[in-house]
Amino acid sequence: MTAPITSIKVAEEISPTAVMIKGDGPPLVYLHGLLGPEWDGLLDDLAKKRRVHAPAHVGSDEPEELRHVDGIYDLVLYYDEVFDRLGLEQFDLVGHSFGGMVAAEIAAAYPARVRKLALIDPLGLWRDDEPVEDYLMVAPDRQVGLLLGDPARDDVKAKLALPDDPEAQLQEILHRVTVMASSAHFLWPIPERGLKKRLHRIRAETLILWGADDRLVPQVYAHDFAAKIAKSEVAIIPGAGHAPQFDQRAAVSEKLLGFLAP
Amino acid sequence: MKTIWFHMQGYRDLPDDFHKRYESVWVTPPTDELCDPAMVAKYLRWNVEELEEADDLGFDGLGINEHHQNAYGFPVSPNLIASILARRQSDAALVVLGNTLPLYNPPMRVAEEFALLDCLSGGRLVAGFPVGSPMDTVGCYGIPPTQVRPRYYEAHDLIKKAWTTKGTFPFNGQFTKLRYVNMWPKPLQQPHPPIWLAGGGSVETWKFAADNNYTYNYLSFNGHAAAKGMMDAYWQQVEQAGLDDNPYRAGFAQLVVVADTDAMAEKLYLKHLQNFYSKSLHIPAHQAAIPGFMTKKSVEYNLRKGAKSFSGLIADPYNATWKDFTETNKIVIGGSPETVATQLEEAARNLRIGHLMVILQIQSMDRELTSYNTRLFADKVLPRLRNIWDKEGYKDHWWPAGATRNQVVQKEAAE
Repeated sequence: MTAPITSIKVAEEISPTAVMIKGDGPPLVYLHGLLGPEWDGLLDDLAKKRRVHAPAHVGSDEPEELRHVDGIYDLVLYYDEVFDRLGLEQFDLVGHSFGGMVAAEIAAAYPARVRKLALIDPLGLWRDDEPVEDYLMVAPDRQVGLLLGDPARDDVKAKLALPDDPEAQLQEILHRVTVMASSAHFLWPIPERGLKKRLHRIRAETLILWGADDRLVPQVYAHDFAAKIAKSEVAIIPGAGHAPQFDQRAAVSEKLLGFLAP
Repeated sequence: MKTIWFHMQGYRDLPDDFHKRYESVWVTPPTDELCDPAMVAKYLRWNVEELEEADDLGFDGLGINEHHQNAYGFPVSPNLIASILARRQSDAALVVLGNTLPLYNPPMRVAEEFALLDCLSGGRLVAGFPVGSPMDTVGCYGIPPTQVRPRYYEAHDLIKKAWTTKGTFPFNGQFTKLRYVNMWPKPLQQPHPPIWLAGGGSVETWKFAADNNYTYNYLSFNGHAAAKGMMDAYWQQVEQAGLDDNPYRAGFAQLVVVADTDAMAEKLYLKHLQNFYSKSLHIPAHQAAIPGFMTKKSVEYNLRKGAKSFSGLIADPYNATWKDFTETNKIVIGGSPETVATQLEEAARNLRIGHLMVILQIQSMDRELTSYNTRLFADKVLPRLRNIWDKEGYKDHWWPAGATRNQVVQKEAAE
């Protein structure tokens, strides 16, 4: 599963952003989660009805460039320029995990730009009574368990398998390190940057999708998001963790496409 | 060569099964289960006494460092201990290696406290500027891994500027913004105390040392044999920068245990080595190699080089033998004074080291055994090390002006 890539250059000091684009229909932007850019089954499903634009998070190839993107404010402005250069005015916005947090920030900063918003297990809020788990400074098996699913599962193993060729393997390990570093820049040590003060600005109809068994961001957060976004609904996906589109692709695709249908 | 008695100030009593019961010695070992403040009160007194004893026994310098939330060594603020030593009548260098620059906000705190220590000690301060470990900076103090180095470089620039600029100036950094920088006092040493860097193998730190003409200290517990590749790469960087090959550009830390005979050394120290390597270095990769802490370039360099942690050298340190530590991998230098002096001399020449940081107090060693190790080293080993590099005529340009111990030649020249 792949899609053609368009490179968007925004700033002198930052390498072009790679945007995977595929499909026909009204425009949709998808912002990926903590495991990095990937054209997965969900995007294939969406691309059957929509023209899907999936940018790689800034800095995911060279995290050092993030010294030019100080925080969420810079990041939101960066994406605004990416969308301008893609010729997108108003579009539907879908974000997963870290991408969900960024999507909510964009929808709060530019309420008129986002037609419909879908957040899949987004980060960005914090409760002292149900803290978001640490996924960064934890043993690899625990990290996989939090982000994807039980590391003993065959589909989890297959997804994380490294290539046999030593050079390709080294490049993949390096890629996983830089991807993780690029979101930690905005999330460590506590993945909360004041989004709760801005959520009320979101005007788009919003679908909040949550894996029933998300161990990274407990389900209770779905209702915290819903409480602050005026036109919002919550949909819990049974049998799914932090990446419901991985665990229950058909259910997530159906929910999303139903919600997005004009 | 200068020899610095370095104190890590770890927690001396950890349970035998520590490495099985706990995830790590750093960041998360539960303080309420493991760290008894009443014991710490005793250890702190011992720590200071041991440093003072080393001062009395003629070591060229006394070394301390900064770490947080761990049993490996928790000096927290080394400047507190340094101020006790600075107050003593002494001509030994005070090697604070160092203050972890990214953790101070504003970093003026380091500029001021180092200046104060330099004045208090009569110009005996070495100002160590480490980047800090990932466990300290990211784990304990919550700095995003990608910010550690940018914060480090900015703090360095501010501190150096504050020490050397005439008059008051504004500082507009990304992390620190100050309208009035106007140090009271400035350091006694002019233009500033010697700056030493410390690292564990980041490519950037070698370059930073060479670019600024600083001395670089490789702090590893893998011993001199394993350090050869890293130090060679550092010297290559020095050569590329067009600098001379003065060994005082480099420092190295080494665990050393001395007894009257090799056999006695094994008997006295083996359990302390097993204890240290199985507990103090019990740090999982997910804490030590956190994404974003090292640059992509350094990660790639280490992946290609197949960099080994010490666990790659000794699989089970808890059950390792004396031979595993001292011969097979030469991680520790231990034995009779003759054995130790010969190996240290060889190591110093092999790595081109001008500043040797000897670790003679190894975590679980008590006050008495530490004293024995220190005294024997001072009597029988230190004299053999002192003249290394003299014949070649190298001068130590990175030694504090007020630390005049064993500096006869330079003193005469100055007069």
